[in-house]
Amino acid sequence: MLTNVTEVNPSNLHAEVFALQRKGHRFVTMTCSDLGDGFDVLYHFDLNYELRHLRLRLPLKEPLPSISDVFFAAVLIENEIKDMFGIDVQGMAIDYKGRFLLAEDAPRAPLLKTVGVPVDARIRPKQAPEGGQAS
Amino acid sequence: MSRRSIIPFGPQHPVLPEPVQLRLILEDEKVVEALPALGYCHRGVEKIVEKKDFVQDVYVTERICGICSFMHSMNYCQGIETIMGVEVPARARFLRVIWAELHRVHSHLLILGLTADSFGFENLFMQLWRAREIILGLMEKTTGSRILLSTCAIGGVRRDIPADLCAEIMRQLDTLEKQLEEVLPALVKDYSVKKRMCGVGVLPRDKAHELGAVGPVARGSGIKMDFRTTGYAAYGELEFEPIVETGGDCYARTLVRVREVTASINLVRQAVQKLPEGPILAPVKGNPNGETMNRIEQPRGELAFYIKGNGTKNLERFRARMPTYANLPPLLHMLTGCQLADVPVIVIAIDPCISCTER
Amino acid sequence: MVTLLKNMFRNLARRPATRLYPFEPYEPVPGTRGHLDIEIEKCIFCGVCQKRCPANAIEVTREPKSWTLNPYACIVCNFCVEVCPKKCLYMQPRHRPPA
Repeated sequence: MLTNVTEVNPSNLHAEVFALQRKGHRFVTMTCSDLGDGFDVLYHFDLNYELRHLRLRLPLKEPLPSISDVFFAAVLIENEIKDMFGIDVQGMAIDYKGRFLLAEDAPRAPLLKTVGVPVDARIRPKQAPEGGQAS
Repeated sequence: MSRRSIIPFGPQHPVLPEPVQLRLILEDEKVVEALPALGYCHRGVEKIVEKKDFVQDVYVTERICGICSFMHSMNYCQGIETIMGVEVPARARFLRVIWAELHRVHSHLLILGLTADSFGFENLFMQLWRAREIILGLMEKTTGSRILLSTCAIGGVRRDIPADLCAEIMRQLDTLEKQLEEVLPALVKDYSVKKRMCGVGVLPRDKAHELGAVGPVARGSGIKMDFRTTGYAAYGELEFEPIVETGGDCYARTLVRVREVTASINLVRQAVQKLPEGPILAPVKGNPNGETMNRIEQPRGELAFYIKGNGTKNLERFRARMPTYANLPPLLHMLTGCQLADVPVIVIAIDPCISCTER
Repeated sequence: MVTLLKNMFRNLARRPATRLYPFEPYEPVPGTRGHLDIEIEKCIFCGVCQKRCPANAIEVTREPKSWTLNPYACIVCNFCVEVCPKKCLYMQPRHRPPA
């Protein structure tokens, strides 16, 4: 039940974000969810404790333009979205090339719904674990 | 042209409570640029939350951070209560405020002690942490555990504070205030402390707004931003004023935290005196369906949670934006142009909580 | 200089600020969450504690009747104690002593 949501697409994203910055909004964060057939990218801005959201529906395998030239604070979260979801974000101010938060041997794009990273920590004390549990 | 060298600051450093690496590009003792390298503390909390059901997730969100843990579970519970339309009873809201403000006092005393340690004042560090033990003893008496309280639940709180414990809280707060009266002026008025912190790491007001600073970093630069004034939980019925300083340097931020300790002790006193009678837990039925964004004031700034439920007992998406994440770009700006010996003081002054940042 | 001497004599005259452990061991407050224990005679092996545990530390089987706790995974959150229908689980105030 988010109020104040505006739908954008990749072509007018830059113009909308610039307009919000001119009014004095502060960048809060970005959120990305995996919807199966695409991604739901939300941008959240704040002015005087009131939130405004921009919703962008991104189809699979399409690049996302970066807003780090308008809001430098967005560069960290865009790198994280590139790591976690495998989305190609273009034009970031600092580019970590997919290794911002994840180590070299971590699974690629772990937050996608199809990637099954096991979190069930049911270690049975009677069996000896071989090579550690993948939890 | 002078030579440039790259020095790694961290991930292991005596001044950092948690591991982060900053690659500092130096030109003869003056920092020209700084690049962060995160990832030492990443545990994949957002994926864990999707695998467990939404009642067990209260315990997962509590364990994101070891310093500010009650605020995370409170924010999560408030978000789920907004989605499901659950009304929290009045006594539970006041109890949440009491524990949240005690957590704020303990977190500020921790970081003030680390600030004193960052320029070698170890005696003051130990004295501040000794005062912090009074708060941890209070939390153990009221909830059963020192830091990870496990008392917040969806619909209220799980444990009550009876009247004799309320009287005990007031007595211990008096002892704490007497101890802090002797110790805190040493941090604020000492000549050598001022020499190390005044004029170091200056963040002007417009840059703070543009880079998205939150919490004491923003309040130390003159921006009046405190989420407790929006009146969530029982803050609408308590009286307090957000504390703002205009210096913009490390000294102003430390001063903001020192004054907030006293203000939080007064808030706990008000909340204990105004504690109403009634139930502490509202019944919750069904599963969350909808999305919301909930924000509260954590000791380090504005904590924003985005929660999306789809009608099953597992959440669809949980996104946590921590205040240190928002304070990292101002940190990179503050580090350009400073001396190498000032880097620990600046990093500690933004109150880094990296395990929160990387979840 | 004067304040230094005053502080020094005051500190010498007072008792030590720290606890003289192990001569004065710490007495935990009742209600502290130390480690989990069960009265196995009252247990009906319903499995509610296994479903509710956030850390998946409890394992209950119906035949043969057994209740196993993984002490390294338990986060002492008290959830199982609250949902047990027979109230046979309880928290001890001290940490589990080493085996």
